[in-house]
Amino acid sequence: MKIVVVGHGMVGHKFLESLVEAGVQQAEVTVLCEEPRAAYDRVHLSEFFAGKSADDLTVVEPGFFERTGFKLRLAAKAASIERRNNTVTTQDGEVLSYDKLVLATGSSPFVPPVPGRDRPNCFVYRTIEDLEAMTAAGAKSKKGVVIGGGLLGLECAKALRDLGLETHVVEFAPRLMAVQVDEGGGRVLRAKIEELGVHVHTNRNTVEITDGATARHRMVFTDGTWLETDMIVFSAGIRPRDELARQCVLAIGPRGGVAIDSECRTSDHNIYAIGECASWNEQTFGLVAPGYEMARVAAKQIAGDTDAAFVGADMSTKLKLMGVDVASIGDAHGKTPHSRTYQYVDEIKQIYKKIVVSGDGKQLLGAVLVGNADEYGTLLQMALNGITLPTSPEFLILPSSDGQAKPGLGVDALPDSAQICSCNNVTKGQICAAVCDGATDIGKLKACTKAGATCGGCVPLVTQVMKFEMKKQGMEVNNHLCEHFAYSRQEMYHLIRVGQIKTWGELLAKHGKGLGCDICKPTAASILASVWNDFVLKKELASLQDSNDYYLGNIQKDGSYSVVPRMPGGEVTPDGLIAVGTVAKKYGLYTKVTGGARVDMFGARVEQLPLIWEELIAAGFESGHAYGKSLRTVKSCVGSTWCRYGVDDSVGLAVELENRYKGLRAPHKIKFGVSGCTRECAEAQGKDIGIIATEKGWNLYVCGNGGMKPRHAELFASDLSKAELIKLIDRVLMFYVRTADRLQRTSTWRDNMEGGLDYLKNVILNDSLGLNAELEAQMQHVADTYQCEWKTAVTTPEVRQRFRSFVNSDKKDEHIVFVEERGQIRPARPEERATASSDSLA
Amino acid sequence: MNTDTLSWTAVCAADDILPNTGVCALVDGRHVAVFRVGESQYFAIDNVDPKANASVLSRGLVGNLGDKTVVASPLYKHHFDLKTGECLELPEFSVRAHEVRIEDGQVLVVG
Repeated sequence: MKIVVVGHGMVGHKFLESLVEAGVQQAEVTVLCEEPRAAYDRVHLSEFFAGKSADDLTVVEPGFFERTGFKLRLAAKAASIERRNNTVTTQDGEVLSYDKLVLATGSSPFVPPVPGRDRPNCFVYRTIEDLEAMTAAGAKSKKGVVIGGGLLGLECAKALRDLGLETHVVEFAPRLMAVQVDEGGGRVLRAKIEELGVHVHTNRNTVEITDGATARHRMVFTDGTWLETDMIVFSAGIRPRDELARQCVLAIGPRGGVAIDSECRTSDHNIYAIGECASWNEQTFGLVAPGYEMARVAAKQIAGDTDAAFVGADMSTKLKLMGVDVASIGDAHGKTPHSRTYQYVDEIKQIYKKIVVSGDGKQLLGAVLVGNADEYGTLLQMALNGITLPTSPEFLILPSSDGQAKPGLGVDALPDSAQICSCNNVTKGQICAAVCDGATDIGKLKACTKAGATCGGCVPLVTQVMKFEMKKQGMEVNNHLCEHFAYSRQEMYHLIRVGQIKTWGELLAKHGKGLGCDICKPTAASILASVWNDFVLKKELASLQDSNDYYLGNIQKDGSYSVVPRMPGGEVTPDGLIAVGTVAKKYGLYTKVTGGARVDMFGARVEQLPLIWEELIAAGFESGHAYGKSLRTVKSCVGSTWCRYGVDDSVGLAVELENRYKGLRAPHKIKFGVSGCTRECAEAQGKDIGIIATEKGWNLYVCGNGGMKPRHAELFASDLSKAELIKLIDRVLMFYVRTADRLQRTSTWRDNMEGGLDYLKNVILNDSLGLNAELEAQMQHVADTYQCEWKTAVTTPEVRQRFRSFVNSDKKDEHIVFVEERGQIRPARPEERATASSDSLA
Repeated sequence: MNTDTLSWTAVCAADDILPNTGVCALVDGRHVAVFRVGESQYFAIDNVDPKANASVLSRGLVGNLGDKTVVASPLYKHHFDLKTGECLELPEFSVRAHEVRIEDGQVLVVG
C-alpha cells in the first residue's frame, strides 16, 4: 500500500509513529515536508532563544527513518493533488502516486490586512526560519512589538525579551488570552507579565504601520494613539493550510480547514486530514493534543481498525508563560446553563483561581488558574472523569489554613482509563503497566510510555501514579545500590555524612552485608572522598577503589596505562611541553592531545608509573584525574587576553576554576567549558558546567553532556560576577554530589529531577531547602584539603611499592607488546604479536 | 590430591598483600593472581583475562555475588569466581584456579 503524507510537523510525525504502532504491514510511505528540516517541537519554540538549537527541538527519534524505511523528503512542497489519478505533484514537478493520502499541512500564521504589514522587520512566529530571522533583526533592534496577546503571542513576547528587547504586546481584545482566561484571570495575568518587564496594551486595533520617528516602525491604532518599534511580530492567530484541499475540490469547513468525519477522512474516501489543517464538527484545533489524537485515529483506520474514532478533544491547557502559571479547564467561562462559580483572588501574591461547577454543585465543569496552577492535575481529572465534588468544593482552590491537607484527589480514585497525559494519550492503566514492567523512575516512564514527554504538564500527576503503583505492588521505590546495601547512593551519602563514617569497615558493619562488590565499593569510595577528601590510596580506602583509581591511571586494552598531567584551562608553558616531551621520549610513550585539551601519554607499564610521575611532578605538574569520576578539565577559548572578539578573560577564569575544583570526586565525571564571548569556541553549552562571557557578566549553563546521548546545557543564571558564579557552581556541584545516583551524569540527574530545572533553580538560587551554606562549606572543605594524589603516592613508600607487575619478580609483562605506527608505538594486534618481540620497542 | 606431589612456590609474605586486594605472581612462567580476602583468606587464579589477553585480573575489585567470592576484571568488569576460576558472565572465558596456602607467614602457590 502506498501512503503519501503531506506535511512533517509534530502531528505529521505522530502519524508516522502511529502507523508503526498500529502494525501497518507492507506500506511504502513517503513524506513530503515543505520545511528544510524534519519535525520539531513547535510547542517549545521559544526555547530556541534560551539556548536550544533546532536539533535539540527535534521530535524525531534518532534512526526512526532508517528503521522504518519511510522516506522523508525535505524542502519538498506538494503543489497539487490529482484525485482522479490518485497522484500528488511536487513543486519540482515530481509525481507520486498514492493509495492513501494524509494531509498534515498545519496552519499558517494569520496576518491581519494592515497596510505596512509587508515592511521589512515585520515577522511571523512559526518556523525555525522565522526565529532565525527574528534573531538577526533582534540584534539590530531596541524595541519589539508582538501583535496578539494569546497563547502564542505571549510565548513570542518571551522570545523577544530573551533577545534583550524592550517588549510590548498589543492585543485588540480587552484582555490577554481571551479564549482561555476570564476577566479576573486576565487582570492577574496582565499584572504578572507587566512585572516581568513586558508592556501590555489591550483594546488596541492596529490600522496602519508606517515609518517611525524614533524607531523603524510606527503602529497607528483606531483610537488615534501610536506606538513606535524596531520590529513587529504578528501572532494574531492561525489559519488552517487547506490550499491543497481547495485545489482538488475537497469539502472545506465553515471556518476553513479540510472537513473530516470522525474517522479523519475527508470527502474523498482515500484522503485523510489531521491536525491544525483539519476541521471536525465545524471546529478547528490549535493545540497539539487533539492533532495527536487525530493522527492515531487515521493510522488505525488505515491499518484496518474501523472502530477508531476522533470524538473531539478536551482543550484544557496548563502552561508556563514567562514563568507565570496559567491553566484553563473545560468550560472556563461558565457558559453552561445554571453553572455557578467559586473564585479566589489574592492581589498581593497575584493569584487568581476560579472553578465552575454544575447547578447541583456535584460536577466540576471548568476552571481558570493564574499565578499558581498546582491544582491543575486534580481538577482536570475531576472534570474529565466526572468525579463527584466534595461538599465544600471551595477548599479545592482556597489556600489551606492550619496546615490542613487540601482535599486532593487520591490517585486511587482515578479509573484505569483516566487519561493522564493528553499529548500522547497515556492512561493511568498504561502507566501502571509500565511500572510493573520495571519503569520505576520518571526518566524510564517518559521513555517507554511517552507520558510527560511532550508538554510536561502532567509530570507531577505521572509521578503520583508511579509511586502509588509501586507501593501497591509492594515495590519499595527500590533504588538499592546492590545486594550489599539496601540504600540508594543519595541515602548512603546521608549515612556517611550524618553518621560521620570514615571507613569502609564501619560502613559495611553498620549498614551493609557481605563483602561488597564492584558496585558499592567505588560508590562508597567516591562518597567518602567527597565528604572527607582523604588520600584515596591510604590503607583503609585503597581496596575500595576502582582499578583505575587504584593505580591512578587509565588502564588500556593491553594492561598498560595512560598518564595525563593536569594542564588547567588547557594552558601550558613551553618548558612544560618540553618536560612532557622529554618524559614521553625517555619512556618510549605514545603521545596525543585529548579532547579535554591536554596531553595524554600511553604505553606505561604499571611499574613505570611512579617513575614517570616523579619526573612530571618535578617539572611542576599534578595529576589530571583522567582516571577518576571527578573533575576532568575546564575547556577554554582564547578569550579577551588575546582574541579580538573576547569580552572577558575566559582562560584566566578557566584556570582558576580548574584549580578550585580539581580533586573533587563525584557520581560521574564532570567537565567545564568557559567561552569568552557568544561565539562559544569552548563549546561550553555541551558541558556539565558551561560559562559564557557577556558584556554584563558571566552566564552560567548547567547539565550539558557529550557522550552517547549528547545534551545541551541549560541557562541557569546570567550577568554574574566571578564571585557569584563560583558560589553557584559550588552549590550546584555539591548538590549533584549529594543527590545523584551512581554513575549518573548531570544531564540524567536533571532529567530525573522532579520539578526539573525550576526545582534546581529554587534550591540553588532561592535556597528553598536551606542547604546553600552547607553546600558552600563542603565545597570549600574539598578545595582546602586538596592534595595531588600522585605526589602523595610517589612519596609514600608503602603506596609506591604496590606499583609492580609481579610481586616476586622484576620481569616485564610479556603481554604488553608494541609495534610502530605513524612514528609512535601502539599495542600489537593479536596477529602481530607472533612476529614482534616485547624487547624491541619497550 | 596428595599435596606433597604438587610443586609449591613461595611468592611473597602474607602481609605483603593489602587485605581485599590482589597481586600478580610469576610462578613457573605463569601469571597467577593471588588475592587476600579479609585478613586471612587467600585465593589464586590465573592473572590473564582471556577475553582481552591482558594480564590484569589481580588489579580488580574483590567482593561477593550471592555465595560466590569474586573479582571483577578491571577491563570489562566480568566476574571470576575466586575458588574455581569460573567466569560468571562468559563461562567460555573462565580461567584456572590455583591451590594456595600460608606457611610460616609466606604465601605458597601451585603453578
